[in-house]
Amino acid sequence: MIARLLAGRERLILGAFLLVLVVVPPFFSGFLLALVTQALILAILSMSLDIILGYTGLASLGHAAYLGIGAYAVGILSTRYGAGFWTVLLVGVLGAAVVAAVFGLIALRATGVYFLMITLALGMVVWGLAHRWVSVTSGDNGIASVPRPRLGLGLPWSFSDAVPFYYLALVAFLLAFTLLRVVVSSPFGQTLVGIRESESRMRTLGYHVWLHKYIGFVIAGAVGGFAGVLWSYYNGFVSPADLELATSVETLLMVALGGRGTLYGPALGAAVIVLLKNLVSVYTHRWLLILGAVYIGTIVYAPEGIVGAIRQWTERTRRDKAWSSG
Amino acid sequence: MVKRLTVALLALAVGVALVVMPATAQKGPIKVGFLAPMTGGAAQVGKDMENGFKMWLEENGNQFAGRKVEVIVEDTQGQPNIALTKLRKLVESDKVHVLAGGLFAHVGYALAPKVDEYKVPMLYPVMAADDLTQRQPKKWVVRTGWTSSQPSHPFGEYVAKTLGYKRVVVIAIDYAFGWEVVGGFQKTFEENGGQIIQKLWPPLGTADFAPYLAQIKKDQADAVFALMVAASSLRFPKQYEDSGLKIKLPLIGGGTTFDEFVLPSLGDEALGGMSPLIYSAAIDTPANKKFVKDYRAKYTKQPSYYSETCYTAARWIAEAAKAVNGDLEDREKFLAALKKVEIPDAPRGPIKLDAHGNPVQNVYIRKVERKGGELWNTVIQVYPNVSQFWKYKPDEFLKQPVYDRNFPPCKYC
Amino acid sequence: MEFLLIQLFNGVSYGALLFLLAGGLSLIFGMMRIVNMTHGSYYLLGGYVALTVIWRSGYFVLGLLAAMLVIACIGIAEWNAFLKRLSGQELGQVLTTMGFALIFQDLALVVWGGDPYTIPQPKFLSGSLRAGNLFLPTYRIFIVAVAAAVAIVLWLVLGRTRIGAMMRATVDDPEMARGVGINVHAISMGVFAMGAMLAAVAGVVAGGFVGVYPGADFEILPYAFVVVIMGGMGSLKGALIGSLIVGLLDNFGKALFPELSYFTLFAPMAIILAVRPTGLFGRA
Repeated sequence: MIARLLAGRERLILGAFLLVLVVVPPFFSGFLLALVTQALILAILSMSLDIILGYTGLASLGHAAYLGIGAYAVGILSTRYGAGFWTVLLVGVLGAAVVAAVFGLIALRATGVYFLMITLALGMVVWGLAHRWVSVTSGDNGIASVPRPRLGLGLPWSFSDAVPFYYLALVAFLLAFTLLRVVVSSPFGQTLVGIRESESRMRTLGYHVWLHKYIGFVIAGAVGGFAGVLWSYYNGFVSPADLELATSVETLLMVALGGRGTLYGPALGAAVIVLLKNLVSVYTHRWLLILGAVYIGTIVYAPEGIVGAIRQWTERTRRDKAWSSG
Repeated sequence: MVKRLTVALLALAVGVALVVMPATAQKGPIKVGFLAPMTGGAAQVGKDMENGFKMWLEENGNQFAGRKVEVIVEDTQGQPNIALTKLRKLVESDKVHVLAGGLFAHVGYALAPKVDEYKVPMLYPVMAADDLTQRQPKKWVVRTGWTSSQPSHPFGEYVAKTLGYKRVVVIAIDYAFGWEVVGGFQKTFEENGGQIIQKLWPPLGTADFAPYLAQIKKDQADAVFALMVAASSLRFPKQYEDSGLKIKLPLIGGGTTFDEFVLPSLGDEALGGMSPLIYSAAIDTPANKKFVKDYRAKYTKQPSYYSETCYTAARWIAEAAKAVNGDLEDREKFLAALKKVEIPDAPRGPIKLDAHGNPVQNVYIRKVERKGGELWNTVIQVYPNVSQFWKYKPDEFLKQPVYDRNFPPCKYC
Repeated sequence: MEFLLIQLFNGVSYGALLFLLAGGLSLIFGMMRIVNMTHGSYYLLGGYVALTVIWRSGYFVLGLLAAMLVIACIGIAEWNAFLKRLSGQELGQVLTTMGFALIFQDLALVVWGGDPYTIPQPKFLSGSLRAGNLFLPTYRIFIVAVAAAVAIVLWLVLGRTRIGAMMRATVDDPEMARGVGINVHAISMGVFAMGAMLAAVAGVVAGGFVGVYPGADFEILPYAFVVVIMGGMGSLKGALIGSLIVGLLDNFGKALFPELSYFTLFAPMAIILAVRPTGLFGRA
């Protein structure tokens, strides 16, 4: 079923990637394994944003809110009420979906820059609650000692260990990828792309443009919440810092850097940013300068992202070949 | 005879060398993982911490128990999640022998369970979260700093008895550190006849205190107790003065409100501010005078308590390393040695750990005064050898919950 | 009553500060449709530049002028080198300006260190005016005065001068403006420089009041955006009224509902946006 969704060569590359992800990381050092786990979780977030940004063409500056809702669902429910993985997962994902459903009503009245601004403001609402509603969220203290999940499926290994948790993140990532892939390949997803290309044409063709955008927005929020649930379990800690504007912007960067509207591009972008931030800071405390340069460089040199650049390059070489042999 | 003696001595020397060598020479340098914010709002505090730690090492030939020391500084950005990632890196990738540093009580609470999981000793010279040596002790966390409420206990008594204030309004930054500093103060202040009549909690990062200052019950209070940190310590005294409160109500506070870290940037508005802390750059002892002089020569600024505690933390590791003959690889033994260290002559005074792992040390009641054109925290009174439990019995003290926003409850609000 | 008056004054004076910051953002936004995440950095760098000049020279005014000049130049450089090519690409603008914001943040840390500073207030602005039981800090009154002056100047320039007319024409229809011989490029550059300059003014004024310290850039940025969103992007009147509303909501929210203080700020904004997506005075 997944196979049908993918083209031949793409299938080969992704298959190879998957094989590497399954086989190699257990041999990594603990730190590197942790970074790859982090990258997988944030890849879920960036892929979810890709639904709005890449496929529908709306840049959201508030996507950290959904990460936050998922994360706080875990933090609050698991530390105070001893809720298990499945309950928390349900609450986190549904909670994020409900919030996205409310925010969508407000934000989707606008497009372009206005959409950007409104999502920024809505993201700040959630941040403000995390920051100030101390009796519920513990405010700036954050919530510590979030336990690692127990799936209770009779699985023999403990997710407190790094390797099993890595595989949990990998399975979650593949699930999210498949789900989003199904969405974007469906007629619904094609409509989103149509809306991105020309909203008025789709309207003339009789599509309910707003409803399509709205559903896309809610799906993105829900998957963002899913990433948040994992993020919280991974860190064992939740704090308002996860919901800051900078997180939203960074997620935008992951999508743009990898390549909008490709799903695996944003996942790649997430991996690059996570590795970059953590590995560069090992060598220099001036890593912010480099991150800043990556922001600017992405827009100047690779406006279509890494995937876009590779595509262009392969197309050019193919054309060159055709030219020389013709 | 001489020949035989020489042979014997040689044999002894070789023997000793053979015994000692494996412990010191065959192992590489001692790796120390140092966590501190190097970017973001608290970057300068991180710098003070690093400076203090490295200054001790440089003064002492960069070695612990004869083994070379390699310090790996990682940037936490002052955020728990990032601190956790960096902790992971230091332990799993760099394989450090010992960890030190960290800033902010909530970072301390976030790191502690992980430190225990890794079983690598970590010194907490700065992070003062009470419960880490009280109700949720962590085996591998060695606190060489203080608990947030430790200086507040004597200060509450001092304010009630010596200063004679009866009714005090509290305005404090709204997070664990603020709650604990205020809680300790409130407990002893009220037990000595004082009353806290109002508590205001501005959030971390508040720029404009006007909305809170306007609420202060200025007609009923004798003084205002403020707990500020980092940049808020800079702006609060000025805004307090401008709102007309300073001429009516004296400003007292937690130690970080008038920290040496901001004193050079403050003006007359800070004069007269009283606060308790485990350190003041103005402590009049030979050890501190030398420390302040050397620190200023090296970094051209006054050392803050962040610098002092990290300076002493480096020495702390050295003492423990000496006790185990440089064998930091035996972690359990090294940890035990760390917990036995006593430093009789740190710049801040004598220090040793109590049974719960928090230093027993002097608390200084300080007053901001201008001397030689600079602001200093003049020491007004010294409470020697204060424990985190003050005069209470530890097990009774531990029955009460950890100080927070609503504990002790505000009976007179 | 006294409480109400003092909070009203606090809210208005904080709003005045926000107006200085958001006015520039709104201007840049309205005229050029550029979402500028570097605006907070102009504010921060403005404060630092002024601080350095005041330390060297001892004059507040000199510091203010230097900050305006330097930041205007930085703004012009940034716009010329990068932003002018990104018109209509919100994502590109956000990421590029965010990149600059990070770079400026780190450079400021390298150049000025991480110590927090306050800009020394001129002597005559220290202290406070006393009216009965009320203490009104002179510096806060000064902020209100500066904001009022800037608002009037902007209103006169935009509404009453030839340059203002050219600016409005450029906003309404750049093609037409070019057609009638207006140098759209120069006008755009001027507007961007002016917006950056205003942020620098805000940074200097705020530096005497909340201080100059690392992190101030990202702390204040969301507020500026909220003002602009609420008031309506590109509208001077909107920025003014938005600033006042945000200043007051923030003040009363913190005083009356401390636990929900940010919620009381952002929720009304969401409601306004739900009714009027372009803000109170914005045009679609």
